Amino acid sequence: MSLLQTAASDYRQPAATVAALRENAQALDRDRQRENGQLLRLSLPALAIVVILMVAPIGWLFSLSFVGADGGFSFENYTRIVTDGAYVSIFATTFQVAAVVTVLCLLLGYPVAYVLTILPDRFAQALMLAVLVPFWTSLLVRTYAWLVLLQRRGVVNDTLSMLGLIERPLPLVHNMAGVTIGMVHIMLPFLIMPLYASMKAIDGNLMRAAANLGSSPVHAFFRVFLPLSLPGLIAGAVMVFVMCLGFYITPALLGGGKVQMIAQRIEQSVSLFPTWGPAAALAVVLLVLTGGFLLLSWLIVRRFSRGE
Amino acid sequence: MTSAAPTALPVYISALSKYYGAFRAVDDVSFEIAAGEFLTLLGPSGSGKTTLLMMLAGFARPNAGSVRLGDREVIHLPPHKRDIGMVFQNYALFPHMSVGENIAYPLKLRSVGRAEREERVRRVLDLVQLSGYAERRITELSGGQRQRIALARAIVFEPRILLMDEPLSALDKQLRETMQIEIRRLHDRLGMTTISVTHDQREALTMSDRVAVFSRGRLAQVATPSDLYEKPANRFIADFIGESSFIPVRRTPEGLVYGDQLLRLADAGDGAQADPLLMLRPERLSIVRPGQVACDEKRNVFSGLAQSVVFQGESLLIEVRLDPGDVVLVRQSNRAGEAANRPGAGERVDLVLDRPDARIVSAEG
Repeated sequence: MSLLQTAASDYRQPAATVAALRENAQALDRDRQRENGQLLRLSLPALAIVVILMVAPIGWLFSLSFVGADGGFSFENYTRIVTDGAYVSIFATTFQVAAVVTVLCLLLGYPVAYVLTILPDRFAQALMLAVLVPFWTSLLVRTYAWLVLLQRRGVVNDTLSMLGLIERPLPLVHNMAGVTIGMVHIMLPFLIMPLYASMKAIDGNLMRAAANLGSSPVHAFFRVFLPLSLPGLIAGAVMVFVMCLGFYITPALLGGGKVQMIAQRIEQSVSLFPTWGPAAALAVVLLVLTGGFLLLSWLIVRRFSRGE
Repeated sequence: MTSAAPTALPVYISALSKYYGAFRAVDDVSFEIAAGEFLTLLGPSGSGKTTLLMMLAGFARPNAGSVRLGDREVIHLPPHKRDIGMVFQNYALFPHMSVGENIAYPLKLRSVGRAEREERVRRVLDLVQLSGYAERRITELSGGQRQRIALARAIVFEPRILLMDEPLSALDKQLRETMQIEIRRLHDRLGMTTISVTHDQREALTMSDRVAVFSRGRLAQVATPSDLYEKPANRFIADFIGESSFIPVRRTPEGLVYGDQLLRLADAGDGAQADPLLMLRPERLSIVRPGQVACDEKRNVFSGLAQSVVFQGESLLIEVRLDPGDVVLVRQSNRAGEAANRPGAGERVDLVLDRPDARIVSAEG
């Protein structure tokens, strides 16, 4: 309060009395509290939805995973996953598919994002639309579209044989190739968008500066542009990889049962076993692995950006 | 930087043009820059000065013309083969590299060995007075420090030409003035042919050996700072460089006349210009009481009415309406001795213009 008193006495003609100043301070404090309360109330619905639809079901799933076939507490669902070779190979397939799809998305998406950044605005918007329209289209529709295109007597095989390039139809679907093609197509926007955002933020003068200092365009790309686009590249790649890990519809339809990923196995477990336990345990393992991967990539990015 | 200073090259620009559709950004511009000269391209925005610089650096493709560095035509060379140093407007320092890595970048490309690289980085950092900053991140630097590092990176590989695109525009006024002097000092020391772009006339006057003024894509005048100020080619330049009032004059058999008063001019040859205007620099006019100084061969005296007096710190700016009706500005230095002659608004005054200060410019341009 001494501060208030000095403030008041310093003025020859105090505009406010000490009491009035104190009252103001209290009123300002009340305003601040009311504002905080309003912010909390505004975020409450969203918070409630997250708790009811995310935290609670996952907790319930987690508890279900410890319920054995006899209905009692047991670790049998987890021991089965570790000991049964079939499960191990399903996890291996899942990670392998996710990795292959991520790498292909990087190779295909990077040039697209780059072209988007250097095109004049009106062409860039048209190209962006070409990226976004499939993204807005139903996943199921796109997957069936690939089925039509890739099947034995589909558009691709018919065209190739008509051109005399192939004698027998290529096995493009109901196998790993089909799953990969479909998933890459669906995942591309998830890579392109963060990548585009980070490329767009790169100052165009940096590439000019590199050229001015003597870098050929290729050298400037690898020394300046690529390192600066890396944050977006990593963000996009992590997003694609993680989404691939839990992917269900596309591998199920285009894999034709020959490519088994975890999400499919979870679905089968629900119908195969009398209890939810085995499916729940698989889901928990997938969740933990995904979380672990995210943590790992976050640590790498943090270390990387600190090194900058 | 080494005892063997880089051999500075002259630059020859001939008939250089750049069109964007029907718009002539740079229109048939020709001039030369002597080896080791500091030349500034000055002009309002859109005058073509930056486009010209971009063509010198190789970032913009001209429609016609020639750019020669010494005896080498470079117009077809891509930027990375021109060996020209450049300071960018926003510095364009690589944010993912340290200060040292930024400066060493052009040296690595020129296969300079590690030991020599480190030595040259150290020396150039000394030169820009940022010794010991090699390990710093770019993001840790202030605007003024970034400016110095950008300069260090542009000169460390001893290019024969140095370009600067609005090098000081991102700095605050005080720092800008310090850096103007510092850049000039560096230039004198290194002797590089330097071409700078600015829209700030004071910066151009302070740093340059010569200034090239641009207007609507064309070269309006190339001259030393003092010639540009004292003998501007036309009204546009007189207006752009420093402050000026202009009053229209008539041509009569006796000479040039303002109102009914014959003018005594600095240059006897003056008056041949189309649409002649008398250029009145505010600091060249002095205010006296009416009738205090008589008109004679050495000076012109104009009568008028003081309209307003504005206090500006080191000086006062006084607006005077001359009897024929034109309004001119007079700057009076803020000294006690001058105060005796200081009019109040609404008082009649006489303005004295000494003959050597009476210059005619053309309204065209």
